[in-house]
Amino acid sequence: MLKIVTAVIGRDLKLAMRRQADIVSALFFFIIVVSLFPLGVGPEPDLLRKLAPGVLWVAALLATMLSLPRLFADDHRDGTLEQLALAPHPLGLVVTGKVIAHWLVSGLPLALIAPVLGIQFDLSADALLVLTGAILLGTPALSGIGAIGAALTLGLRGGGVLLSLLVLPLYIPVLIFGAGAVDATVTGLGGEGHLSLLAALTFASLGFAPWASAAALKIALE
Amino acid sequence: MIYWNSLSDFLAMGGYGFYVWGSFGVTVLIMALEPIMAARTQKLTIARLKRQLRAENRNTAE
Amino acid sequence: MKDRFNLYRYASPATFYPLAGRMIPYFAALSVLFGLAGLYLGMLVAPTDFQQGEGYRIIFIHVPASWMSMFIYLVMAFWAAIGLAFNTRLSGMMAQALAPTGALMAFLSLWTGALWGKPMWGAWWVWDARLTSELILLFLYIGFMALTAAIDDPKRADKAGGLLLLVGVVNVPIIYFSVKWWNTLHQGSSVNLTKSSMAQTMLWGMLLMALCFWMYSIAVALLRARTIMLERERHTDWVKAELAGVER
Repeated sequence: MLKIVTAVIGRDLKLAMRRQADIVSALFFFIIVVSLFPLGVGPEPDLLRKLAPGVLWVAALLATMLSLPRLFADDHRDGTLEQLALAPHPLGLVVTGKVIAHWLVSGLPLALIAPVLGIQFDLSADALLVLTGAILLGTPALSGIGAIGAALTLGLRGGGVLLSLLVLPLYIPVLIFGAGAVDATVTGLGGEGHLSLLAALTFASLGFAPWASAAALKIALE
Repeated sequence: MIYWNSLSDFLAMGGYGFYVWGSFGVTVLIMALEPIMAARTQKLTIARLKRQLRAENRNTAE
Repeated sequence: MKDRFNLYRYASPATFYPLAGRMIPYFAALSVLFGLAGLYLGMLVAPTDFQQGEGYRIIFIHVPASWMSMFIYLVMAFWAAIGLAFNTRLSGMMAQALAPTGALMAFLSLWTGALWGKPMWGAWWVWDARLTSELILLFLYIGFMALTAAIDDPKRADKAGGLLLLVGVVNVPIIYFSVKWWNTLHQGSSVNLTKSSMAQTMLWGMLLMALCFWMYSIAVALLRARTIMLERERHTDWVKAELAGVER
C-alpha cells in the first residue's frame, strides 16, 4: 500500500522537477502578492503586524490554487490517468500520493519562504515560528481539498476559475485557524489551540479528500 | 385586532419604513419574478422541443 | 414491498412529470394562503417589539429565508446521496431544480439581514457568524450551479454536482463552527436576530411565513424540474407523446 503512494510521489516529483519554472512562479506569485500589501495600506509597523497573518494566509491559499489545475490535467491528457484508474490498486491511494507530491512542491516552499516575508511585516520571532508551523500544518489540507476541486473540474472549459469558485469557500476553516494561530501569538494568547485544530483539519482532509477525489476522477473519466 | 391606527402609521413602520419595505419589496419582487422566469423557460423549452420534434418527423417521413 | 414498488414508479420521470404538474397549483395556492395569513399576523396584528421597534418585522421574511436556504442545501445533498447510491435519474434533476431557489433564498437572507442590520447595528454589513456563514452558503450554491452549468453531459453533471454537494454538506458544519469561533475571538456583535421572548402572535406569524416559503420553494422547484425533465428526456417516447399532447 505504502509502496504505491511512494511510487506516485516519486514519479510526480520527478515530473515536477522537469518543470521547475512552475514551482518558482507560484513561489514568486506568493512573494509578490504579499509584498504588494504594504504598498497598498502603508508602512506603519503596527498595522502591518496586524495584517500579516491574514495577508500571508490568503496569499498562500491563492498560491496553492495556481498549481491545482495541473494536478490531474497532464496525466489526463496523455492517458496515464485512465491507466491508473483501471489498475488493480485503489485510485484513492494514487491520489494520496499525488496530493502529497503536490504539497511537497507547493505548500512546503511556501512554508519555507513565509518567515522571510513575515519579517517584512515586522513579526516577532515567536510569531514567525508559529507562522511557519501553521503553514506547514495547514497547506496539506489545502492540497487535499484542492484535489477534489481539480478532479471535479477535470477537462472542463474555464476549469481554473471554476476550480477556485468551488475550492475557496471550502478553504475558509483552514484560513481561519491558520491566520488565527499567528494572530493569537502576536496578541500573546498562544496559538496552540489553533494549531491543533489545524492539524485535525489536515488529518481529516488527508484521510477523506483522496477518496472523494478518486470518486470525482471516476465520474470525469466515465 | 389590528395593531395600526392609520395607513400612514403602517407605511411609516415607526421610522423603519425604508428598511422594512425595502426588505419586503425585494422579497416580493424576487418571489414573483422567479416563478415567472421559470414558467417562461418552460414555455420556451416546450416550443423549442416541439419544433425539433416536428423537424425530426418531417425528416423521417421523407 | 408494495411501498417500495411505488417509490420506484414515482422516481421515473415519465410518471413524475404529470404528477408534478398536478401538484404545482396546490403548492402555489398553499404558499399564497400561508403567506397572506402570515403577513396578516406579522404585519397587521403583531405588536411592536419593545427593543427593536417596528424594524423587527423584517425577521418575518429574514428568518424563513435563512431557514429555507439551509434546508434546501440539505435537501439537495439528500438527493445527491440518493443519486450517487442508486443511480436514479430524478435525483440529479431535483438537485439542479432546487439550486437557484436555494441561492435566491440565501441572497434574500443576506439582503434582509443587511436592511435589518443598518438600523439595529448601525451598519449594512457586520461580520456576524450567521451572516458570514450565509454568505459562504451562497458561494457554495454558486459553485454548484457553475459546476453543473460547465459540464455538458447531464449524467456527469449530476454526479459531479452530487459529489460536490456531499463534500459541501460535510464542510458546512466545520465552516459554521470555525466562523463562529473566529467571530467570538474577534468580539463581533452579539445581538441576536431572533429573540426567544417573542409574543405568541409573532411566533405564529413567523411559522406561517416559513410554511409559505417552504411551499413556494417546492412549487418553483417542481416547475423547474419539469422543464429539466423535458429537456433531458427529449428523445424518449413519453416526452414525444407529451409534446404531441400539448399541441392538440
